[in-house]
Amino acid sequence: MAIAETRLIFKHIDSPGYTNDIDCYIKNGGYTTLRKAITMKTAEIISEVKASGLRGRGGAGFPTGVKWGFIDPSKNTKPVYLICNADESEPGTFKDRQIIHKDPHQLIEGMIISCFANNVKLAYLYIRGEFPEGAKILERACDEARQKNLLGKNILGTGYDLEIYIHRGAGAYICGEETGLIESLEGKRAYPRIKPPYFPAVLGLYMCPTIVNNVETLCNVIHILQMGGANFAKLGKPNNTGTRVLCVSGDVVKPGYYEFEVGALTLGQLIYDVCGGIKNGKKLKAIIPGGSSAKVLKAGERYKIKQKQADGTMADVEIALEDIPMDFDTMAAVGSMAGSGGVIVMDETRSMPDCLANISEFYAHESCGQCTPCREGSLWMKKITSRIRDGKASVEDVGVLKNVADNIAGRTICAFGEACSWPVQSFVTKFKEEFETVAGNGAKK
Amino acid sequence: MSCACKNPFNHDIATENTPMVNVQIDGEWVQVPKGMNIVAAAERFSKFIPHYCYHPKLSVVGNCRMCLIEMGTPKMDANRQPILAADGKPEIAWMPRPQIGCATQVSEGMGIRTESPLVQECRKGVMEFLLINHPLDCPICDQAGECKLQEYSFEHGQSNSRFIEEKVTKPKNVDIGERIVLDDERCIMCSRCIRFSKEFANDDVLGFTQRGSHTTLAVYPGKRLDNNYSLNTVDICPVGALTSKDFRFKMRVWFLKETKSICTGCATGCNVLVGSRENEVHRLTPRENEEVNSLWMCDQGRLGFHEIHEDNRLTTPLINGIKSDWSSALTQIAQQLHGFKPEQIAIIASARMTNEELFLLSGLRKALGGEAVLCDVIERLGQADGILRSADLNPNSNGAKLLGIANPGKLNEIRSGVSNGSIQALLIFNENANEAGLSIESLKKTALVINVGMRLNGAAHFNLPSSSFAEKRGTMINGKGRLQRLNRAIAAPDQARDDWEIIRDLKAAMGGGNGIHTVEEAFKAMAAVIPAFKDLTMSKVGDLGVELTLSSVQS
Repeated sequence: MAIAETRLIFKHIDSPGYTNDIDCYIKNGGYTTLRKAITMKTAEIISEVKASGLRGRGGAGFPTGVKWGFIDPSKNTKPVYLICNADESEPGTFKDRQIIHKDPHQLIEGMIISCFANNVKLAYLYIRGEFPEGAKILERACDEARQKNLLGKNILGTGYDLEIYIHRGAGAYICGEETGLIESLEGKRAYPRIKPPYFPAVLGLYMCPTIVNNVETLCNVIHILQMGGANFAKLGKPNNTGTRVLCVSGDVVKPGYYEFEVGALTLGQLIYDVCGGIKNGKKLKAIIPGGSSAKVLKAGERYKIKQKQADGTMADVEIALEDIPMDFDTMAAVGSMAGSGGVIVMDETRSMPDCLANISEFYAHESCGQCTPCREGSLWMKKITSRIRDGKASVEDVGVLKNVADNIAGRTICAFGEACSWPVQSFVTKFKEEFETVAGNGAKK
Repeated sequence: MSCACKNPFNHDIATENTPMVNVQIDGEWVQVPKGMNIVAAAERFSKFIPHYCYHPKLSVVGNCRMCLIEMGTPKMDANRQPILAADGKPEIAWMPRPQIGCATQVSEGMGIRTESPLVQECRKGVMEFLLINHPLDCPICDQAGECKLQEYSFEHGQSNSRFIEEKVTKPKNVDIGERIVLDDERCIMCSRCIRFSKEFANDDVLGFTQRGSHTTLAVYPGKRLDNNYSLNTVDICPVGALTSKDFRFKMRVWFLKETKSICTGCATGCNVLVGSRENEVHRLTPRENEEVNSLWMCDQGRLGFHEIHEDNRLTTPLINGIKSDWSSALTQIAQQLHGFKPEQIAIIASARMTNEELFLLSGLRKALGGEAVLCDVIERLGQADGILRSADLNPNSNGAKLLGIANPGKLNEIRSGVSNGSIQALLIFNENANEAGLSIESLKKTALVINVGMRLNGAAHFNLPSSSFAEKRGTMINGKGRLQRLNRAIAAPDQARDDWEIIRDLKAAMGGGNGIHTVEEAFKAMAAVIPAFKDLTMSKVGDLGVELTLSSVQS
């Protein structure tokens, strides 16, 4: 039984005849929410977003309303900036790209409403350098919005001014880290800032209060206002509200992007029902559930977690991998994360050392090099994983590899430290035997 | 604070009236100024938290991760009041992750662990990471002996290496400036040099290129690290990545004897360490004095010592160009000086001389006839740079004024007196007569020319060898009226002597002993008659100097 999608963000995406120009968007009801929002009190919009329980869709899952709440317009004298983080670079993640390419006005409208709510006069849309077409589409979308007085000076005659600048990155994963993004936007190397003291809400872009939200997150703001925060919160599960776009890649019959209410389906349903199961009749071996930096889940694993019961009490339950609901809290409870929604499926023929070497190579290439453990450790891990993959390593190397990862996680300036070490820690721990066997293969031959 | 330069930051100094907070460091409750970072706060209690990138005078970047410590804040009850333990002190809720000490500011009730197993594990991990791609060429590295990688390796590292991969290679022996060479493989990317150049020297020429483990320090294309403070980057480089062309490969640092002294390159009087071995000075490095130069000095001042060891040093007393000895020279000078009237005698002294020398010189002047004997110093004017360099290139102009040796305008009179023949006896101390505007021809017409200094004056009848700043002791007053001490790092060559001894002996030879046998006694005699020095002794001047109240000093 295939489970029906709940398409909120992707409502129009891929529907026949739907184009990414403003007329099509307006014809389908676009910008009506902006017209409504711009008559509301900003505090009302913020409280709707808070009531919605929306959590950030970029990867960390931080509550959006809380993030906005850090900025108190009554207290600060500096301008407030909003940045849309469209630096979608996490391997396995390709949802924002669809929005940008196929429904850019949804993002622009979401941004304008969010800016209005937070009294932002100048916003930046930071798009990764590898999306040249996306940048063009967004530029055009902004022009169209300006022509219709939805953006620019005196928006819809309300006296509210807003400008959005599209800024293209130069091709570095770290620019997706919000403080790295801010540095990059300021024209510097994208070295993530130390927190404290440089929390964006306090000392963000140009040392002014700054909100950084993901593409999908900003789109959600429209739907929250359309249906009301409380109704939005009824989608999904408590603390895991709304819908989520899941990007499934790897060894499934039907890879692609699917939108569901958060937690409405299990990992098993996603893979076997929605995505048609494992390709070529093979068996499942492992899943990375939330982008390449999420800890890997192994087929056959069972997890002891605390689960909220119908009567509201918490109970200890044991669930299988296939039964993990696709929500933020359960993914964290089973030791991984919902992350960016990028689900990478690996079948029984996949070599785990090979997969890990691939991931480690990516992180070694993308480490910004600012702080010691990540700078030195990411390349070291790449070198060890490559040797293990090639059978030119020893059992001891597997232990060293795990220990190198342990020396990075939790000790770096930004979350890249975890991003590069969590895959290593989880792969090596969960597939220890395979790593140890493969490590010495070259020597035997 | 009268520090000549403005530091971008002073993390180690609490501003006045900063309230104190109670902080638990390794189990012990102490009081530290609120808001100070943990590295600086812990250091006040001799808890040294190792670090590479943190520098008390530069912006905090937190990139080396060496100063990871465990930190906690007071556990709060439902009313946001700290829960107290049995000892009446707050119970601490420790954070699960280590925090960097450099960017964490102390607050009331904070707990800090600088030696816990987790902290030690973190340090060990960071040390290993820093060393895996480091060339480990310590035997030929100039930093060896004062290298933080070596020091922390000894304390927090391990003896075996688990790294069997190929190391990352980077540019070596890169000529990035007039005085600086860069070895990128040794660089640990702490960015101190980048921040120093940008924030202190106002010369933002350094930066990183590439990324990840391939990150490379470089100068901006088409630029050089040539500013007058460039050598400070060598000092603050925790490893051997930046080395001084002047010093590299010359001497192992552990052979250097370090003598506390001051730079005599200008009126700022930067506090320095003179690094010498046997009787040779190999380098000057700045010595911390928050009232003068903080932790820095300019390149000009730093490299100024080379004149000490130049070949043309005067090392024996010469009479009419012929080698002689002190006793004959002084006796003959005394005899000859008796033959002149005070108006026929003039003294050109130097504001590079110490107070003690200038004081004894004023005594000699009295013996020669007092005020009637024209006396002045040579002004040396340069350009102040708004950082450390003073426009006054003499280190002791204030002393020369205070002790009556500098008499503005008199140098002109001396010049005309020499050229018109009214001055027949000229005593020149530590100055080049040419610089004073006296031609060799006019000196040749003068009946008696006595030159005391490090260099020969071909026109002088008597040439007496004296000591350089590194070879003598004494005091000087800097441009802001701070009395500071010079100390002897090396012995003067051959028969060269301190000026104070030469002047004292000359006066004695003229028939007026003064019972002064040491510099201390010279200072004591001076302090007895000069009000600005009242109640001071040389030991009271100490290593960091004392501020004088001088009417002549505009601060």
